[in-house]
Amino acid sequence: MASENYFQLFGLPSQYDIDAAALEATWRALAARVHPDRYATAGAAERRVAMQWASTINEAYRVLKSPLDRARYLCEQAGCDLQIESNTRMDGAFLMRQMEWREQLDEARDGGSLGDFDALQADIEASRARMAQDMARLLDQERNYAQAAGKVREWMFIEKFAQEVLDARHALTNRQH
Amino acid sequence: MALLQISEPGQSPVPHQRKLAVGIDLGTTHSLVAAMRSSVPEVLRDAQGRALLPSVVRYLPDGVIQVGFEARAQQAADSLNTIASVKRFMGRSLDEARREGVTYEFSDAADAVRLRTVQGDVTPVEVSSRILAALRERAEGVLGGELVGAVITVPAYFDDAQRQATRDAGRLAGLTVLRLLNEPTAAAIAYGLDHGAEGIYAVYDLGGGTFDISILKLSKGVFEVVATGGDTRLGGDDFDAAVVANVVDEATLQALGKGDRRVLQVAARAARETLSDAQTATFRAVLADGREIARDIGRGEFEAWAQPLVQRTLDRVARTLRDAALEGRQVKGVVMVGGATRMPLVQREVGRLFGTQPLTDLDPDQVVALGAALQANLLAGNPTPGEDWLLLDVTPLSLGLETMGGLVERVIPRNSTIPVARAQEFTTFKDGQTAMSIHVVQGERELVSDCRSLARFELRGIPPMVAGAARIRVTFQVDADGLLHVSAREQSTGVEAAVSVKPSYGLSDDDVAQMLAAGMANAGSDAQARALREQQVELGQLAESVRAALSADADLLSAEEQGAIDRCLARADQALAGQDIDALRQAAHELSQATDSFAARRMDRSIRAALSGKTLDELAK
Repeated sequence: MASENYFQLFGLPSQYDIDAAALEATWRALAARVHPDRYATAGAAERRVAMQWASTINEAYRVLKSPLDRARYLCEQAGCDLQIESNTRMDGAFLMRQMEWREQLDEARDGGSLGDFDALQADIEASRARMAQDMARLLDQERNYAQAAGKVREWMFIEKFAQEVLDARHALTNRQH
Repeated sequence: MALLQISEPGQSPVPHQRKLAVGIDLGTTHSLVAAMRSSVPEVLRDAQGRALLPSVVRYLPDGVIQVGFEARAQQAADSLNTIASVKRFMGRSLDEARREGVTYEFSDAADAVRLRTVQGDVTPVEVSSRILAALRERAEGVLGGELVGAVITVPAYFDDAQRQATRDAGRLAGLTVLRLLNEPTAAAIAYGLDHGAEGIYAVYDLGGGTFDISILKLSKGVFEVVATGGDTRLGGDDFDAAVVANVVDEATLQALGKGDRRVLQVAARAARETLSDAQTATFRAVLADGREIARDIGRGEFEAWAQPLVQRTLDRVARTLRDAALEGRQVKGVVMVGGATRMPLVQREVGRLFGTQPLTDLDPDQVVALGAALQANLLAGNPTPGEDWLLLDVTPLSLGLETMGGLVERVIPRNSTIPVARAQEFTTFKDGQTAMSIHVVQGERELVSDCRSLARFELRGIPPMVAGAARIRVTFQVDADGLLHVSAREQSTGVEAAVSVKPSYGLSDDDVAQMLAAGMANAGSDAQARALREQQVELGQLAESVRAALSADADLLSAEEQGAIDRCLARADQALAGQDIDALRQAAHELSQATDSFAARRMDRSIRAALSGKTLDELAK
């Protein structure tokens, strides 16, 4: 039923660069309109439709709020296949970077120093910022979706790695408690 | 229930008629019911003026069932037939219930939990429904009318099976469950509306049997849960157990019967509660064989026993703050919920972690029920001048599927705003595979064996294809109660097979219908006459609202559809002319079915109208 474009649903321009405050305010306003709580005493069909709409709006918000998911969504909307499963080809420099990071993580783990983790996390944060810049350029200006798709795949690696770093850091702080 | 009435959000179709709706806090040790009275929420008391109803149910040999204080008074004397803390078994498997290490006899007849009593085996859902029914009677007596519905609170950390069981208990007690509401969120509503709070707040909820921590963002009438965590097996009861363990250990007591254990638990609870105000308390208990135990416990001594338990809650708090990407000091206030938070040790430690004095000005035993009453009033559609708010809650636990090698593929991560729907595509593993087994799990661990199994079902009729060619789309839908529905369909050929999850340890809809029918059969002729009247009113309202809907939106229907609805309306009129309750039910059922998709299309049109053409400024008012 609710199969519209997420950007249209939120009344926002279909582009990577987004007004985060407007996104959040719109989400709250839309959620208030369709939340199943508004129809708690209505019939089963009404409650079902309200739930579907509310789910769509929550999902749209989640996707648009996340810089990576937003980039993915724009590529998919442009009809560009991300080939997440099949295409494992990576830029050579990016692969080198990955290997360095892995070594740094191992060292941070073995050394048990929070300082090492801080440095690694700052590095990841800088990569995220660069990714965001590249995406804005590729998606909003050059409309080069094929190249953006490649960046999306790289970014997914970064996020996976960021999670590993976070987990290792928590494991370390838990041990120190 | 009127099927096709669509009124403005938050507004009743009959503006001046106040609908009676209550909030129920179904607790491990005690339960409460609250309602709006002269525009403030208030806990409803029994004839003796008591707010709390002990969550204890006693089954007597003559068929009488006692609930509350009467039952609790006999807890030690008749321990096998007197069920306390039944909340701990809700939605649990037999193995899990046994591990709770309690004093009841379980029936081995089924995989589900059944407790042995002189009145036969009873399920935790049935026991809970007795408590709920007692509260419903209390509320109808005090408010002087029938309830349109109730909001029942559950620990935020309750999983799907535990939520299902709670909902079933409500239905079995004859309640229309408007919503299952998370306890900490209910507390936040009561607190936030009372204090006009804005900013980040935490709710620390240590009840009799469960611990919950929720982090919420309060702003302009929106209660947004950012993260939630907890432990469904940690509560005040565990502090009592720690006291018992230390006293028993010291007195080198052996061969304690089940009755003795209960006596010791009750004594421990009394001592613990005394220690919240006094520096020392006397632990006093008389065992079945006449031995008497009396021992003074100092507060410091008790706190040393309790410290590891408090630390467990603090670890959960730390993890939940991490989930919310927040530091303790960003939290503006901590609302304390649950009688166990009266312990000075708990207040001190929580205060230290957040760097702020915990908020205790609302009665920690009542705050959840009060919040639930506010929400029930809102959901029932009673207009509250100048007061309108929205609750955005989250899933407490990640939901996923078993994939190759016993690994979990996460479909919906924890702390996703509900309602939420997410789909994932899977493919076949072997050439010519025509069926796929789908195993739904809940939990944060990587391995299926470490997560909680919610349901298994099979998708059959997949057309034979080479391995990897089929595209099976599995959709998870979590509704506003936090309940999960899973469906699966094969995409590439359009072959569709959808199955909904049935909780592994819950009741099927048929079970509940059967239990309700059995209850009806035993009821007197008064009840039957009342049921007939209710059915007549329901069908009458339904037919009326369908006619109103047809006059407004008939353009949404094809000629055939309209014809089918007209035929159902004619049959409804026929049934309404008679006194046959089955004919009335049948007509209502047919009319609902015939108008289901019409109702859905009208609702969709109404929502589209509400969403479209509004600029942000208009939407935000």
